[in-house]
Amino acid sequence: MEENIVLKMRNIHKSFPGVRALQGVDFTLRRGEIHALMGENGAGKSTLIKVLTGVYSKDEGQINLDGKDEAIHSPQDAQRVGISTVYQEITLCPNLSVAENMYIGRGKGAVQNWKKMNADADQILTNLGIPARGSQQLSSCSLAVQQMVAIARAVDTDCKVLILDEPTSSLDEQEVEKLFTLMRDLREKGVGIIFVTHFLDQVYEVCDRITVMRDGKLVGEFVTEELPRVQLVSKMLGKELDDLSDIQGEYSSYEAAEGEAPVFEAKGLYSDSGIKPFDFDIKKGEVNGFTGLLGSGRSESVRAIFGADRVLGGEVKMNGKPVKIAKPIDAMKNGIAYLPEDRKRDGIVGDLSVRDNIILANQVLKGFLKPYKKSETYKIADEYIKLLSIKTASADTPIKSLSGGNQQKVILARWLLTHPEYLILDEPTRGIDVGTKVDIQKLVLKLASEGMSVTFISSELDEMLRTCSRLMVMRDRRMVGELSGEELKQSTVMNTIAGGEK
Amino acid sequence: MGTNKVSKSKEGSLLSRMTRNQMFIPLAALAALLLFNLILDPSSFAITMDENSAGNPVLSGFLINILDNGSELAILAIGMTLVTAASGGQDISVGAAIAISGSVLLRVLCGSNTRPETLQAPILVAFLVAFVVAMLFGAFNGVLVAVFRIQPMVATLILYTAGRSIASWVNNNELPIIGEPSFGYFGGFIPGIPVPTPIFIAILCLVAIWLVLKFTNLRLYTQSVGINENSAKLNGLNPTFIKILSFVILGACVGVAALIKVSRLATINYGVIAKDIEMDAILAVALGGNALSGGKFNMAASVVGAYVIQCLTTTLYKFKVPSTALPAYKAVVVILLVVLSSPVVRAKLSALAPQAKRKEAA
Amino acid sequence: MAKTSSAPKQGGAKKSLNDTSLLMLITVVVFVVMYLGAMLILKGGFLKPQAFLNLFNDNASLIILSCGMSLVMITGGIDISVGGVTALVCMCCAVYLDKMGGNVAVSALLALAIGLGFGLVQGFLVAYLEIQPFIVTLAGMFFAKGMTTIVNSEPFNVAHEGFKALSGTRVNVPGMGTVNKLGEYVNAYVEIGVVVALVVVILMFCMLRWTKFGRSFYAVGGNSQSALMLGINVKRTKFMSHLLCGLLAGVGGFVYFLHVASCAPSHASGAEMNAIASSIIGGTLLTGGVGNIVGTMFGVLSLSTIKNIVSSAGLGEAWWTGITTAAMLCLFLVIQSVVMSVRKKKQLGVK
Repeated sequence: MEENIVLKMRNIHKSFPGVRALQGVDFTLRRGEIHALMGENGAGKSTLIKVLTGVYSKDEGQINLDGKDEAIHSPQDAQRVGISTVYQEITLCPNLSVAENMYIGRGKGAVQNWKKMNADADQILTNLGIPARGSQQLSSCSLAVQQMVAIARAVDTDCKVLILDEPTSSLDEQEVEKLFTLMRDLREKGVGIIFVTHFLDQVYEVCDRITVMRDGKLVGEFVTEELPRVQLVSKMLGKELDDLSDIQGEYSSYEAAEGEAPVFEAKGLYSDSGIKPFDFDIKKGEVNGFTGLLGSGRSESVRAIFGADRVLGGEVKMNGKPVKIAKPIDAMKNGIAYLPEDRKRDGIVGDLSVRDNIILANQVLKGFLKPYKKSETYKIADEYIKLLSIKTASADTPIKSLSGGNQQKVILARWLLTHPEYLILDEPTRGIDVGTKVDIQKLVLKLASEGMSVTFISSELDEMLRTCSRLMVMRDRRMVGELSGEELKQSTVMNTIAGGEK
Repeated sequence: MGTNKVSKSKEGSLLSRMTRNQMFIPLAALAALLLFNLILDPSSFAITMDENSAGNPVLSGFLINILDNGSELAILAIGMTLVTAASGGQDISVGAAIAISGSVLLRVLCGSNTRPETLQAPILVAFLVAFVVAMLFGAFNGVLVAVFRIQPMVATLILYTAGRSIASWVNNNELPIIGEPSFGYFGGFIPGIPVPTPIFIAILCLVAIWLVLKFTNLRLYTQSVGINENSAKLNGLNPTFIKILSFVILGACVGVAALIKVSRLATINYGVIAKDIEMDAILAVALGGNALSGGKFNMAASVVGAYVIQCLTTTLYKFKVPSTALPAYKAVVVILLVVLSSPVVRAKLSALAPQAKRKEAA
Repeated sequence: MAKTSSAPKQGGAKKSLNDTSLLMLITVVVFVVMYLGAMLILKGGFLKPQAFLNLFNDNASLIILSCGMSLVMITGGIDISVGGVTALVCMCCAVYLDKMGGNVAVSALLALAIGLGFGLVQGFLVAYLEIQPFIVTLAGMFFAKGMTTIVNSEPFNVAHEGFKALSGTRVNVPGMGTVNKLGEYVNAYVEIGVVVALVVVILMFCMLRWTKFGRSFYAVGGNSQSALMLGINVKRTKFMSHLLCGLLAGVGGFVYFLHVASCAPSHASGAEMNAIASSIIGGTLLTGGVGNIVGTMFGVLSLSTIKNIVSSAGLGEAWWTGITTAAMLCLFLVIQSVVMSVRKKKQLGVK
């Protein structure tokens, strides 16, 4: 058994200013094994990976590869000793060709044999069934293909250890299946694979072992078959699952008056993002949602409602009165708030303080000439920090130094401060820990019971089933169904998403 | 201007908190320069009452000189800070724009005659025309940057290249000279007031921007756009407009600076007027510890940075450094300052500090 | 040369013309059209082969400087010290040759050393201390300009014999001569600096196109974070780009010196802006990752041609040069901006 070990990490420590990200973590990887690394956000998975790949230097501990102690100080070092990595964000150069992206930074010699390189690349791409050519510029490929190219690069580097850090988040089902086939092939060849993911299904489908981390510490290593899902989740959370039970019953639903016009109503709405015209409405106090696969147009639909993309056509009514929403500010003035899908790109204003981030939207609504007094802003910030229990050193801390979940709460606070009639939450729970997820779900139901209308989008279906009373189903940028009442079951929704052809 | 507030983190001694403050580097540099002058020539701080050529009693001296000559730079630093914050780039055309604005000012004052006996238009009218022209050229830069999404340095390269040519074209390549003494008030002295007028104009501008920052949301909007344009847009802001606005404000600053510059000379020299002032203005922003990649800004630090540069220039002149050799000395000082304030060096230095402390404790 | 290199190398891949080639192609086409137009409409000097070659003679140093500039810009930086370095090189070499009686070979080495020195310091400050390249090279420009006048503030013409011989050397271009008024056949010629410039262009082009070292500049400029993850030493790459640019500024400075055979603090003032403009016109994006040395060369030629056209069209006043350069720059920037955004939109649409 011992000689089968390819990678041994022992007693790894790593601290950042104010955070002890890793505290004495051990990790063992064997040849020909797919090993899942699990843990909530902030558990230290990414830090551990980055220590292993030389992006961060460790404070303490040993890394032993194939029986030899290695000092890994840079990504080049990692590559040299046989560790390849595919990151969640695409880490390729869009301005280079596909083949170059697969081969740059590798091998020796000053001159590249371009013909051979392109031919080799084409060979690998064909083998893996990736629809791209070696000579093509990378930026002309879709995101999913780019991700596959990154994987192809990692696979080709003759590595002993392959790290896949959440590679599946931008892939669709078929692509994920392709990836799994690939992973199994590599396992046969004796490569040790570290697989980081949030999707439990995927873990149970391909992984042999699971290492669980929590709060920068090792919880334990388990054989997949011997660890039931419920236990895995409770190990990740460090608590039992009582919190995840049915929460819908806790809040009485808001009773809309008869004959009242919907808070928001759209007919034939579409934008330049490629979605087909759709009809949509939401009543006072209702929680509904858009569901569908990634890229099905669920985000684009709500962006069209908010005027975030250029609206090309459609009629919009608020409380029965026709209104024109061309820009986000129009939507805001009509009492609509929108929490965007990509928190980092569209949500936070990184260098500004938590306080400035909270008041931003309402400040814009108040107008250019009417700034809040400084004392007021502190009062507001403190109030919302308390209300949403945002963990921050102070109201003046830059938002970028908060954890993902707390950043999300700040953005939520920003929109709650505008006291919207209609709140759109696009993936509010993505990439944040389960505790905060439940908090946010409860908050949504509480707001609805007080009369706010909420549209909720999540890629986790059970989360939507738990909160929404009505689901719009999207497929291929088209609205293909609307489910409510008895139809809100996992199987029905799945079938509608998949469509009749299957 | 600006929040001169100490970072609220509890850790770190008073000293380290002070050095971490954005105002520290520019103020320390200013203090060091003044100290240097004091040691070499203690008399340099004397402010004396002399009589100028018009026979008025006026203040003169090293310090007055810095404040007087630094006015244009301080005014430009205001606009440059905003442009830097909003667009993440710098405007390198301000010198050329001053030439244009100054040329227009003279053209309106002189009409078609280059040596007018009497002014052809009131000074105020001429100033307003030149002021508007300066803002229009600012808007031109702003449109290139915000609408066509050209990097600011490159977009303003256009005006940088063409500006001085346009300026000489405005006056048919002639050099108008204004004989009217009242025109000289703006760059010199108003009779009866011993303090140079540019100082008042600079103070006026600084107060104006202070009021604007206090009573409007300019700071919040500009910073939001500069840090994250997408998110600013989704919060109802119009990033295109804010960026253009910042360039227009810089244009306004250019208009005022042009008035002072032209008034000092009572004429214009298209190739030389305000030469390299864009570089000084950008350096002022950088010395103030503002990231040249945009985002958060500290207006006060930029303005202090402007006076640091002027102080350096004046000091070098005082020590008989020829004006052509001046840039070499300036460059050395600038490099020293940016190296000291670079995050990498600072991180290394602050890594040394705790080690020293640990040793003490042991 | 331009045509073959811009064509996609893989057969049937015409559609996948990448950004670099596309932007360069625009420049080449514009240059050819402009020059042919000038030949047809303005005739005069434009018809003589020597006029065409003078385009190179006058711009050899600018071509070299622009090559260095393109390299830095591809990596995502900028170097505005090149004009100052050129002036400093001229001054130092002139003083060394005439006042200290040095020899020509050593003066060439001196030029290289000055350039290399600037490259080293600026590269270190930018790459390893992570200071913005604009500020570093701005200080570099100030320093070079100041040092020039400190070395010697008076302009003078070089009288050194050996140097004058080298400076006056003409390389005849076969088959491009004309018959002059006296009926004698006069060979068209290029100066020695042009040979240097062409060698630099070819070397740089091959390096950037075919070597791993060259491609790493594109990778860093395209996305430095990704480049790091792909195993490229980003800091060293940035350092090397500034080092090479400094070195080329030394070479370009010496070529400039050969061309003018004099020194003055005002030499090559504004050369950095011309180099940046040429690079941009040649299809280099200031955001980094996109650019082509052959394009840059055509950028220099286009810029110079339009200046010639303007002056031979009777708009002799000095200010027209500045205005036309600016207008041309503006035009190209807008074209680039529009072309890139159209391509981006298309891509999204395809996806």
